[in-house]
Amino acid sequence: MTMATTAAPRVQVPKLAVTVTEVAQITPMIKRFRFEPTGSVSLPPFSGGAHVIVELQDGESLRRNPYSLMSPPSQSSSYTISVRRDDAGRGGSLFLHRDVRPGHRLTISRPVNLFPIDWRARRHLLIAGGIGITPFLAQMVQHETAGSDFELHFAVRERAQGAYLDELEARYGDRVHIYCDDRDERVPIGRLLDEQPLGTHLYVCGPAGMMAMVLSSARSAGWPEGSLHSERFLAPASGKPYEIRLALSRRTIRVTEHQSMLDAMEAAGVDAPYMCRGGACGECETAVVACDGKILHNDEFLSTEDKASGRKIMPCVSRFEGTALVLQR
Amino acid sequence: MTTSAIQFRDETFRDDFTFRNSPAGVRRFPFPFHEDRYMYAVNIEPHTPGLVGTAYEHLIDVDEHYVAEMRDRAIVLAKDPLRCQSLAHMTLAGWDLLELLMDAQAGSYPAHFELHRDGDQWRWINRPLGIDDTFTFGDETTLPYGPMEYITRQSQGDFCIVDQRDGNLWMDAGMVTAQADWSLDFDVGMNFMEWHGPVPLAHELGVFDRALKFLLNIRQGQPVRRLNWTMTINPRLDTSPEEYPRWGTDRTTVTPENVGEKVHLRVELQSFWRLPRSNAIVFPIRCYLISMNELVTIPKWARRLHRVLDTLPRELADYKGLSRYRRATVEWLAAFDDGAPTSPGFFPD
Repeated sequence: MTMATTAAPRVQVPKLAVTVTEVAQITPMIKRFRFEPTGSVSLPPFSGGAHVIVELQDGESLRRNPYSLMSPPSQSSSYTISVRRDDAGRGGSLFLHRDVRPGHRLTISRPVNLFPIDWRARRHLLIAGGIGITPFLAQMVQHETAGSDFELHFAVRERAQGAYLDELEARYGDRVHIYCDDRDERVPIGRLLDEQPLGTHLYVCGPAGMMAMVLSSARSAGWPEGSLHSERFLAPASGKPYEIRLALSRRTIRVTEHQSMLDAMEAAGVDAPYMCRGGACGECETAVVACDGKILHNDEFLSTEDKASGRKIMPCVSRFEGTALVLQR
Repeated sequence: MTTSAIQFRDETFRDDFTFRNSPAGVRRFPFPFHEDRYMYAVNIEPHTPGLVGTAYEHLIDVDEHYVAEMRDRAIVLAKDPLRCQSLAHMTLAGWDLLELLMDAQAGSYPAHFELHRDGDQWRWINRPLGIDDTFTFGDETTLPYGPMEYITRQSQGDFCIVDQRDGNLWMDAGMVTAQADWSLDFDVGMNFMEWHGPVPLAHELGVFDRALKFLLNIRQGQPVRRLNWTMTINPRLDTSPEEYPRWGTDRTTVTPENVGEKVHLRVELQSFWRLPRSNAIVFPIRCYLISMNELVTIPKWARRLHRVLDTLPRELADYKGLSRYRRATVEWLAAFDDGAPTSPGFFPD
């Protein structure tokens, strides 16, 4: 079989219409939302680690935020997500916390997985920090069904701030290890890395600093790159407003302080591709036609060379400072 | 939804080669040329249901050759079990594929297939093959084969399931018995760049880098498709490297007198689907055959294929293995080409 030619066709991906049927306060900062299908009987199954993009109509602006699915992947009656309130963020989590109640109808994307389980692994070492627990909640259901060898190490600020601790301990017993910052407990990453058998894969999801520490420890301990898995959703950075020129649509648009370039294109009615909206998947990659200024590359998709070339940009998270930026869009 | 029953043909794809298309079967053939010349082109499109009465009507197509193709697959597997392989980590993807194919076949062809689900307890009825099995979804011990093998012994076309990891796709499972001269046993475990290694020119053009990036981002509910084509002498499904000694010499048997019955256009309708529970991707490769005698019953296709073959770049003819009999076929088709213009698009006038 050969695939000799290709170009990405624009495909309208069917979205899912859901109704919020439960909002639960899990910790002072975290709420859990349950979505059930509106007008149909079931939601598609997914793979542990997958996320959905939740579309939030907040007054004039349409926000699209990615959230990991935490419900059992084969459960077709509902999906659940957990949202940590981010008082300094762009407002998506605040909107969910303040305005979304049972009965609220939403549109969500189909599940996409950028943090999948590697089923070849002989053992799965899961390391979570804070709200980074959510993709693991779904993965662990799949591990349990498959009979995988796995172990979770979960760091929280204090016991009262940690989500789902009791449920995890009750369900998975001594495969779950919890560490509380306020008791000076730390994930013993050096020892954990040392004592794993060959064929173990490591998965980490949590605050940026923790992820960087875990991954760099694993690399310096000689772990192969293919055994390391991480998921870090980059919230689009805010910054100074600027203007960009869209060459194909022949439009000049303004990107405000709390908008991403992609948000601004969509607000102007320009149809632009996207998938993760977090700088990871590469779907929104756009060619730079001309640039007089500095592109602030915030994504994790483009290579260092691509970023240095100034010819490509990921408009879901990256920004611009300067006098003129023209994109092939 | 197809409410009328399909009349399945009793026919062979080997030895006496009794395979034929009915007149309705000819009209639904997925003719791959939308204009009078062929060159590599951008031809990926959304895989959405198409016109009634065409091979695109249902996303998983079942036609009058179903029973005979499944019989031919069983013959191949009895002799060479390595045509079906699934590496240990691909079982979950096999269950995903089983669900996809059972749902699609039962949904589109209720006269022939039924699926009844009660939680994990599933009952599958396949009337054309006389199967009525009850099993536990997710429990391999309740099926006579692994899930991928079980369902692909009951589904037309070859199937490759690729695992996605390390920014690449890996050919880690498949059922491949009707292939255009490539081998699953050779390719199993290879990544996308490795299994496409032999294709000329395209690597240098960066085609595979773009194709890989596109496929890595295929989403649930967003299948896409493309057509590929070649030609085959005799209506033989199993043109594998393993069987080359049996079919390679067929290409020397074409004469001006037997072009009409021996030379077949072979079209692959390849689709690409994200599987939900495993995050793997499946490529069904559905093969359609049509003899030149059958093809010329559609005047537009006769004119167009004559022109396409006549102007096909030599490198492409060589790569597709047509060189020995291209001239004879073009000369035979010339009698059906009066030089009249052809209408745009694939379908008969």
